[in-house]
Amino acid sequence: MKVTLNRKLIAAAAGLMMVAAIPAAGLAADTIKIGVAGPHSGDLASYGLPSVNAAKIVAEKINAAGGIGGKKIELLIEDTVCKPEVATNTATKLVSDGAQLVLGGICSGATKAALPIYNNAGILVMSPSATNPALTQSGDYPNFFRTIAPDDAQAQLDVDFAIKKLGYTKIAVVHDKGDYGKGFAEFAKKFLEESGKAEVVLFEGVTPGAVDYSAIVQKIKKSGAEAVMFGGYHPEASKIISMMKKKRLDTTFISDDGVKDQTFVKVAGKNAEGAYASGPTDTSSNPLSQQAVKEHKDQFSADPGAFYENAYSAMLAMTAAVEKAGSTDLAALKKTLQTEKTDTPVGSISFDERGDAIGVGFSVYQVKDGVFVEVK
Amino acid sequence: MWHIMDYFIELLFSGLTRGAIYALIALGYTMVYGIIGLINFAHGEIYMIGAFTSFIVATILSILGFPALAIIVLAGLAAIIWSASYGYTIEKVAYKPLRHAPRLSPLISAIGMSIFLQNYVLLAQTSDFLPFPELIQDFAFMEPIAHIVGSTDLVILITTTVVMILLTLLIKYTKIGKAMRATAQDRTMAMLVGINVNRIISVTFIIGSSLAAIGGLLIASHIGQINFYIGFIAGIKAFTAAVLGGIGSIPGAVLGSVVLGLTESFATGYVSSDYEDVFAFSLLVLILIFRPSGLLGKVDTQKV
Repeated sequence: MKVTLNRKLIAAAAGLMMVAAIPAAGLAADTIKIGVAGPHSGDLASYGLPSVNAAKIVAEKINAAGGIGGKKIELLIEDTVCKPEVATNTATKLVSDGAQLVLGGICSGATKAALPIYNNAGILVMSPSATNPALTQSGDYPNFFRTIAPDDAQAQLDVDFAIKKLGYTKIAVVHDKGDYGKGFAEFAKKFLEESGKAEVVLFEGVTPGAVDYSAIVQKIKKSGAEAVMFGGYHPEASKIISMMKKKRLDTTFISDDGVKDQTFVKVAGKNAEGAYASGPTDTSSNPLSQQAVKEHKDQFSADPGAFYENAYSAMLAMTAAVEKAGSTDLAALKKTLQTEKTDTPVGSISFDERGDAIGVGFSVYQVKDGVFVEVK
Repeated sequence: MWHIMDYFIELLFSGLTRGAIYALIALGYTMVYGIIGLINFAHGEIYMIGAFTSFIVATILSILGFPALAIIVLAGLAAIIWSASYGYTIEKVAYKPLRHAPRLSPLISAIGMSIFLQNYVLLAQTSDFLPFPELIQDFAFMEPIAHIVGSTDLVILITTTVVMILLTLLIKYTKIGKAMRATAQDRTMAMLVGINVNRIISVTFIIGSSLAAIGGLLIASHIGQINFYIGFIAGIKAFTAAVLGGIGSIPGAVLGSVVLGLTESFATGYVSSDYEDVFAFSLLVLILIFRPSGLLGKVDTQKV
């Protein structure tokens, strides 16, 4: 008897909650809801939180100026921890909460997992940082756009830099077995082989989180590589580079924008000196970029973190598209994004038919005295 | 020829270091299992808490300008006390009330404890990776062979050996060791002859947690970074090593760890690091097929 009573109670409670949910969805019509999905906790939170700040700043600015066509922006901020299994839950939640646009997917793997859910709901997704080439090049994700150049562009740049600028002929390629790191490493390997000027002496994946990387470091040493090209994120990069220094190995370290983060320098300390990493081109001479950075400093009294400007630009591009298209309909937004240019901190950008931003590029940086400095 | 030997020796020491790292954590697993037959999944988190405590203490002391040796000793002591009190409390809160419950209940309780502690540190401290100070300075006399064995590696190898010997002596030749063995053999009988079983179990947790704390300090100093999640992966590997060596056996935990470390290191060196875990776990399966209770584990003979 008690059980049936409990069941009835639960059913009644569930019913009440559903009724309560309906008016909320109905009221949503006079705001534009923008989901912000990314790692806001966990290992990679330092890549996700700057985008949240960017979204808040742009939304406040637009709302203060009267919104988009009279509609205010409402942000729905949800954590994905950069895990595909969490990202799909986040996507479902954002869709059911009525998000009309999504800023995010920070990590490629998590973004890839969530995209079909957004696509089925007809939601445009714009990422400031997911650089996996397949996201745009495969054609499987028609609702995806990004304000950062893909990994193959980055791998090409790093390979050219190692061969032409540094004059290396033997290169070891190491990755962290993840979507992003392995993708970058495979492109690096392909471009190195195609160049005909350099030999890939080692191509291997390491297990993220391992307690010791000395075996792989010894293997790099034995391979006789002049440089290590690492595809992955900063935790493994700082462990490998520190272990290289401990084993008295002075091979040059070249990596991707997953490593071009101040946390890498903070954790690896003096071991990081001299390491190269590619990252989005420095836009500090662009007045819009200066303004975006200033707004961040005014509001949060700190320097913005990784991908802040890309996220800021994505917010500007998306909101401008909604304004010009007059709706949040996916087809209309896509057409607008592909035809109209928007002035953003990363430059005056429009998008190609696959969703990659035209006019956004990468540069190579080197750690000098504890900061990343652009290599001219 | 010399190059081949050189490479072999480098991989050998890399494997031994890895093994010694696993052993520092595996010893705690195996002790608790040996005494109360419980797999303490929260042990990895105790190691992580030890690393955090020594990080905080070491940072404060280095700001105050203490000499390097004093920092290691004081940070180590603080970590031991802090981790041991966590270990003690966890046993009282999460395992003791379940001592007469079916075997599965304390296991689930242990997993819950592990998740709780991870998230507690995540919330109370930070989600970021923190740079762990290099507590163990490079020894000048190690410089000629630094490319093979680093100073930190040497300290870890020596510590693990000493800890293993001390533990064996403690269990074999002291009064408390005798009481531990009695508790492990038959808890009811031990109680009947006047052994305070609750106290023995608490002492076991305190010793196991102290070892994890020492591990936390040394390993974090070796890797150079910590975050709330380090206990999980290290814990899984150490648990594997303990099972490989025969869970419940102290020399077994060390042997299992070394075998696991060497397998991973040689698999990386001679095959590919992509297959590191494949080799490690294939070995585990093979050994368990032929010796179900692990390399040095006791064989439980079923009385008919």
